[in-house]
Amino acid sequence: MNLKPETIEKIDKLVPRYPTKRSAALPLCHLVQEDQGYLSNEGMEWIAERLELQPINVQEIVTFYPMLRTEPTGKHHVRVCRTLPCALVGAYQTCRRLEEELNCKVGHTSEDGEFTLEFVECHADCGHGPVVMVGEEQFNDIDPDKASELAAKMKSGELSNGMPDA
Amino acid sequence: MSQNGTVERVTINIDGQDVDVPKGTNIIEAVKMVGKGKEVPHYCYHPKLSIAGNCRMCLVEMGMPMRDRATGEAILDEDGKQKISWMPKPTIACATNAAPGMHIKTKSPMVEESRNGVTEFLLINHPLDCPICDQAGECRLQEFSADHGRGYSRFIEDKNVKPKRTRLGPRVMLDDERCILCSRCVRFSQEIADDDVLGFVDRGTYSTLTCYPGKELANNYSLNTVDICPVGALTSTDFRFKMRVWFLKRTNSICTESSVGANTEIWSREGKIYRITPRRNDAVNDTWMTDSGRALYQAVESEDRLTHYTIGGVHQTADEVAAAAAEQFKSGDVAMVASAHSSVEEQFYYKAIAERSAAKVSLVSHYGAGDGLLQSEDRSPNLRGALVTGLINTLPESDLSSLANAINSGAVKTLLVVDEDVTSLGIAPDLLAKVKLIYVGTHTNETAKVADIVIPSLMVFEKDGSFINQNFRLQKFNTAIPGPVGVLPDFMMLEKIAAPLADEKPAPVTLDTLWQRIAAKVECIEATQAWRGIPEEGIPLEPGSLLELPFVETKNLKYDPDAVKEAQAAPAGA
Amino acid sequence: MAIEEQKLIFKNLDEPGYSNDIDCYLKHGGYEQLKKAVTMKPEDICSEVMDSGVRGRGGAGFPAGMKWKFLDRKSGKPIYLVCNADESEPGTFKDRQIIHKDPHQLIEGMMCAAYAIQAKLAFIYIRGEFFQGYRILERAIEEAREKNFLGEDILGSGYSCDIIVHRGAGAYICGEETGLIESLEGYRANPRIKPPYFPAALGLYQCPTIVNNVETLCDVKHVIEMGGKEFAKIGTPGNTGTRIWCVSGHVQKPGYYEFPCSAVTLGELIFDVCGGLKPGRKLKAVIPGGSSSKILRADERFTGKLKDGTEYDWGIEDIPMDFDSLMAVGSMSGSGGVIVMDDSTDMVEALANINYFYAHESCGQCTPCREGVPWMRKVTQRMCDGHAREEDADLLNSIADQIAGRTICAFGEAAAWPVQSFIAKFKDEFVEKAREQATRRKAGQNPSKETTLI
Repeated sequence: MNLKPETIEKIDKLVPRYPTKRSAALPLCHLVQEDQGYLSNEGMEWIAERLELQPINVQEIVTFYPMLRTEPTGKHHVRVCRTLPCALVGAYQTCRRLEEELNCKVGHTSEDGEFTLEFVECHADCGHGPVVMVGEEQFNDIDPDKASELAAKMKSGELSNGMPDA
Repeated sequence: MSQNGTVERVTINIDGQDVDVPKGTNIIEAVKMVGKGKEVPHYCYHPKLSIAGNCRMCLVEMGMPMRDRATGEAILDEDGKQKISWMPKPTIACATNAAPGMHIKTKSPMVEESRNGVTEFLLINHPLDCPICDQAGECRLQEFSADHGRGYSRFIEDKNVKPKRTRLGPRVMLDDERCILCSRCVRFSQEIADDDVLGFVDRGTYSTLTCYPGKELANNYSLNTVDICPVGALTSTDFRFKMRVWFLKRTNSICTESSVGANTEIWSREGKIYRITPRRNDAVNDTWMTDSGRALYQAVESEDRLTHYTIGGVHQTADEVAAAAAEQFKSGDVAMVASAHSSVEEQFYYKAIAERSAAKVSLVSHYGAGDGLLQSEDRSPNLRGALVTGLINTLPESDLSSLANAINSGAVKTLLVVDEDVTSLGIAPDLLAKVKLIYVGTHTNETAKVADIVIPSLMVFEKDGSFINQNFRLQKFNTAIPGPVGVLPDFMMLEKIAAPLADEKPAPVTLDTLWQRIAAKVECIEATQAWRGIPEEGIPLEPGSLLELPFVETKNLKYDPDAVKEAQAAPAGA
Repeated sequence: MAIEEQKLIFKNLDEPGYSNDIDCYLKHGGYEQLKKAVTMKPEDICSEVMDSGVRGRGGAGFPAGMKWKFLDRKSGKPIYLVCNADESEPGTFKDRQIIHKDPHQLIEGMMCAAYAIQAKLAFIYIRGEFFQGYRILERAIEEAREKNFLGEDILGSGYSCDIIVHRGAGAYICGEETGLIESLEGYRANPRIKPPYFPAALGLYQCPTIVNNVETLCDVKHVIEMGGKEFAKIGTPGNTGTRIWCVSGHVQKPGYYEFPCSAVTLGELIFDVCGGLKPGRKLKAVIPGGSSSKILRADERFTGKLKDGTEYDWGIEDIPMDFDSLMAVGSMSGSGGVIVMDDSTDMVEALANINYFYAHESCGQCTPCREGVPWMRKVTQRMCDGHAREEDADLLNSIADQIAGRTICAFGEAAAWPVQSFIAKFKDEFVEKAREQATRRKAGQNPSKETTLI
């Protein structure tokens, strides 16, 4: 399991802060996922061993939370909020436009591995819907036309996957 | 707990009837105490596991006496009776503990509607598997659907699809579509078996029971999850598709795997055993037993069964063989290798034979690793029976080297071996050739093959009798299936052998008449104890100084050697 | 008539030039309340909070002072404070502003609260999707630690308490306090049965725990600033302080607006503050408190008596925005998420959208929610797909009735109330949909229409 040294350092600093080892399970899932892109079986077993848990304990929580994934995503991970407030201002139309522009069906990764497009539930910015997230970056008021602009930016490489500068 | 160790009791009211229960009892148990077949239906609650409260089937209506907020005075209605304020929402009985004045309704419209609703919800995604599901006939979903279901379906959507017939472990099969997510198996694995290997993955209606890929449910208690699963999600691979449970006869018995003496139930039909399950005994095994103990019934139909009384390899009648054996014992210089697998009644007879023929008795130990739960280090069910009957008065040896010497030196001319292969315990076959060998046992082995007289014995499933377990508890077992044709119960055969040794004629003997003798002679058994009077849950005995022997068993589920020592040290009544 | 907001919590956060670092916060009088708090006796702070009458702004509206009173202070076990920053109720987006734009207000409010309940350790459970918010909070905490506002021996008072920011990972049920606690402990976020697991007695790690919403904890700071009784003068009795209303849906100016309780009516909020509906549209329905609250029909008339005995006779536009009035008319203020729907909205599709949300978010622990909520989703989905039946409305209502009140946690009610209220208020649309589809089917056409909301 070759995690980056920065990740190991973050993990080693984090685990002792919690009163129990198991409490660090969810944060460690985030850190390992950020490091590797997703949580493989190897990743889950590593976390289990690190926290003196059984692998099933880690698998239980990884499959419970939608943000934790057991498969890698495309280069651009696009999430469109579908809950009522965003739907009322056109989220489904936005998503259909993105499906066309990115050549990717919602809930899937495109054939070329460039894009993963999925619906997510309320992202708590309903006053400026439709809300679209690309990686870790959030975009507001994305009507279908703005969705086309966003898609163009992704295709041209202008939009990184929203990974933060450390 | 009050000072003299009794639990405080409270009065609660169930369906208009006042009931007196220990304080803190949960309502499911309290309703059981009312009796008359009253039951609060439930799936996820189990008396020996932690409370989950997730099936919501045990919803009941609860009310507490109305009290004035300010003064705390009781509020009364026009008839002067205490007014009850009923909660607007039902509450789960398993998590509600009895408090003074609590009122419970188990039959109101709200309760019936709740049960209706929960049953309907459980059935909408449940597959229509009853015709092929092993659980049919003992399925709580079937029973409660019949009692509390709507009777028709309103669900016209598609049912969820989940993995079916997956191998969860070597002995357990899993069907995720049938699973109602009660979490009994998960709690059992974590709390009792201490093998945290089961869990739920995914979320909501797609939640699925599973093991982590590469791991399996393989511990020695895995079949208990099959027992406690209220539906057919977890089934036994050994019992799969073999028999419908309503055809099976149930017989109470005792597990012979170790000195724990787990209480069991033998399920049989027409002389064939189909499975063994644990029987609840809160003093011995709660509601659990080992997987290895369950498998013991497979030896019944082994090719190695001894099926005929023989002298010199020639089939004889029981009487002829008994007479021949008695002759041998009369001739003197007798040694006996007894067994801790024999029942108390048989050991009583072996003691009589040993006394009457001045025989030296040896017992061999069968020790193994203990698992701290229900498999003790002593892998024989009735060592303490041998001590209590006086057959031996010290703990057994690990081998028979001293006996081998005695045979070698010519001090032993007749050897009775009960259910042991002495050739692997230090007495080589050529040594055995020096003595007249009488073998009593259930299966053949190297010793039986060279025996002069062979007396077939019945297995525990084929006879009645009793064992004394590690806690000195006397427990009886019953005949479930007939033994090989023509083979008598051991104690009847032993009567035929023992009587002539005292110059008596063998009398027809039953367990009742035998027990009159046992109760009279054996010290720690009450002189008035009758065989019929032994209850199904057993009787604890007071073995006196026998407790001081250095037994090998360490602490397990219901046995605590330290507690035993402490109780001994403290004088009675302290 | 332009209605002025009265900003208490949002006083600074949108002012030009205001930044989320500690220096800016200090310049605006930040951490003065914490300095005051650590000189007070913890019990006195608790009384102030009790006097202020501040009610939880996460959804349940339970008085914070009373929650703190129930805390088991005698158990000998450590006490924990948890800030519920898992804002996931559809329609709500107020906590996000505080976290991103004024994190120190939250930190100060938390530390005051932690001191008041003598917590050993505090947590902020932030939803996983707030990537930036997480980083902002971490930085803010370090800034505060440097200045001794948290950590060891806070401001020389002898009281120590640290804050750990714990990220969630996309589960709405982590907003339920016992679900949150389970998630914090590293388990699946399955809420606990209450009794016996009331967090005030058996919470995080089976120790006494207080879980409060972000806005509520910020209010604690303001209660200390002006004193409980002054705070209670804002708003009306039983509905004290200000509330942040988050308006979304078919309005011209959706967004977040802070007013004292009862200071604006629903009509004023929609038509004045939010600039009214889109041109040519009429109001059809409003969900006033996040999707879990019961829907209000625009042409309904609400009559009855309030808690204090006064009678009311309101149209939808007359309802004062506070806790009790919305409760009186059969809904609730919940998390303050006001979702406005105009007459272009297909109510069956809207309900299908909501049902999909709840079916997806159910934790799956207890039978009615796990099986019943997806059943309702399947029914409304089938209706939108063109196979509606006239009896489906009653079926939906019946299923919802079997869920509400029978579950481990309030998620059951949250999922059931939308269904019950949509059917109660708009049953005609549900029945009509089935009739329409039957007509089209008979005419040989495709029974289903293209949907916009699902």
